[in-house]
Amino acid sequence: MKHNLILRVVAKFLIPLMFLFALYVQFHGDFGPGGGFQAGVIFSVGIILYALVFGTDVAKQIIPSGVLKVLASLGVLIYAGTGVASLLLGSNYLNYSVLGSTQLAGQHLGIIVIELGVGMTVMSVMLIMFFAFADRDNKE
Amino acid sequence: MLEYIAGHFNYWMVIIIMMAGFYTVISRGNLVKKIAGLNIFQVSVFMLYISIGNVKGGAAPIIEKGVELYSNPLPHVLILTAIVVGVATTALGLALVVRIKEAYGSIEEDEIHDQDQSL
Amino acid sequence: MIEIIVDIILLTLLAIMAFAIIRMRSLFGVIMLFSGFSFLSAGLFVVMDAVDVAFTEAAVGAGISTILMLATLALTYLPNVNKEEKRPTHKPWLPLAVVLITGGLLIYGTTDIPAFGDPDAPAQKHVGPYYLEKSLPETGVPNAVTAVLASYRGFDTLGEVTVIFTAGIAVLLLLGGRRKEKQENSDET
Repeated sequence: MKHNLILRVVAKFLIPLMFLFALYVQFHGDFGPGGGFQAGVIFSVGIILYALVFGTDVAKQIIPSGVLKVLASLGVLIYAGTGVASLLLGSNYLNYSVLGSTQLAGQHLGIIVIELGVGMTVMSVMLIMFFAFADRDNKE
Repeated sequence: MLEYIAGHFNYWMVIIIMMAGFYTVISRGNLVKKIAGLNIFQVSVFMLYISIGNVKGGAAPIIEKGVELYSNPLPHVLILTAIVVGVATTALGLALVVRIKEAYGSIEEDEIHDQDQSL
Repeated sequence: MIEIIVDIILLTLLAIMAFAIIRMRSLFGVIMLFSGFSFLSAGLFVVMDAVDVAFTEAAVGAGISTILMLATLALTYLPNVNKEEKRPTHKPWLPLAVVLITGGLLIYGTTDIPAFGDPDAPAQKHVGPYYLEKSLPETGVPNAVTAVLASYRGFDTLGEVTVIFTAGIAVLLLLGGRRKEKQENSDET
């Protein structure tokens, strides 16, 4: 599809905006609609658009498969690790109030960290699934 | 009478869409169409829950100054989880369809069944 | 008033699209109609004040599901074959009867539900007002849905992230390796 001039120009224009919007949705999920899931999906859709227009080989050079697998596991680990950190500081599992100096600070910090973990996992898993489908050989 | 219909019209339309999705799953033989029907069923169940949580004249559940009436946030949370689980199930179902095609050579239910019977 | 009109129009359009998906035999058309269905349902969620849910449904339903279905279509049908469903061979009387009976029972069940949008319904009584009142003082987050999702019901979200991670691993196991014949050919040469 990279021979199509309109697709190439519009994709190159839109993809950085998609990444920026994904970052905005991720970190402003507290004050408006948004959060980890939506941000992860929008980020992965940006990379999927790049792979559709320019080919999956180039897209795999940007994000290799090994990095995706590590990122997916890291997201779940960050989420569960926040709970363990609360355990180590003396309170129940996933009780964010002990993570900061006051209850409000602790809750805010906890929510931001777990949304980050959720966003990372969702983005990597969507990309893993797309690359698994797109790279399967069809010729019999 | 008109108020009764206006109050329940939402639920009846949601049930009609739900039955349309259900019919697609049980009566069509093509596997990709079955998965599309299953997704229609799922989306109609989400609409049912969100309709239950809606409050007339309320706003979205984002706390702001000067707004008194909000919609119930609990169904939104449950449906958010359900949507993500639904896409995971759909992706897995589609991966299975691809493997079935490679093993049997077709994705029509009748042909797969005949091949299994003749083994 | 205008909300009710938009609600009725969107629901009718959704029902028409669902029936069109049943009748259409071309698979490419079915996938495109399904993508439009997801997007319209996201619009319906916005009308019903569920903005987070609409965001997720639009991104996931009209984005990821459609792409994966198109990829499946490309992998299961050869490029020159007509991508159509086979003509059904059985008469649809039994599925039609099951669907009508189930639909009738469900509609009979909704006669007792409180009217749509009633602020005194039992669903609005117990936990909903508690979350709306206490989420800003206790967690400092104005978005009640994020506060409930991440803080009050954090365990459910942990389970959900694990489910999506497991689905990713399962898809990788099913479709990750190359096809066996090609690998044997390249091993021989």
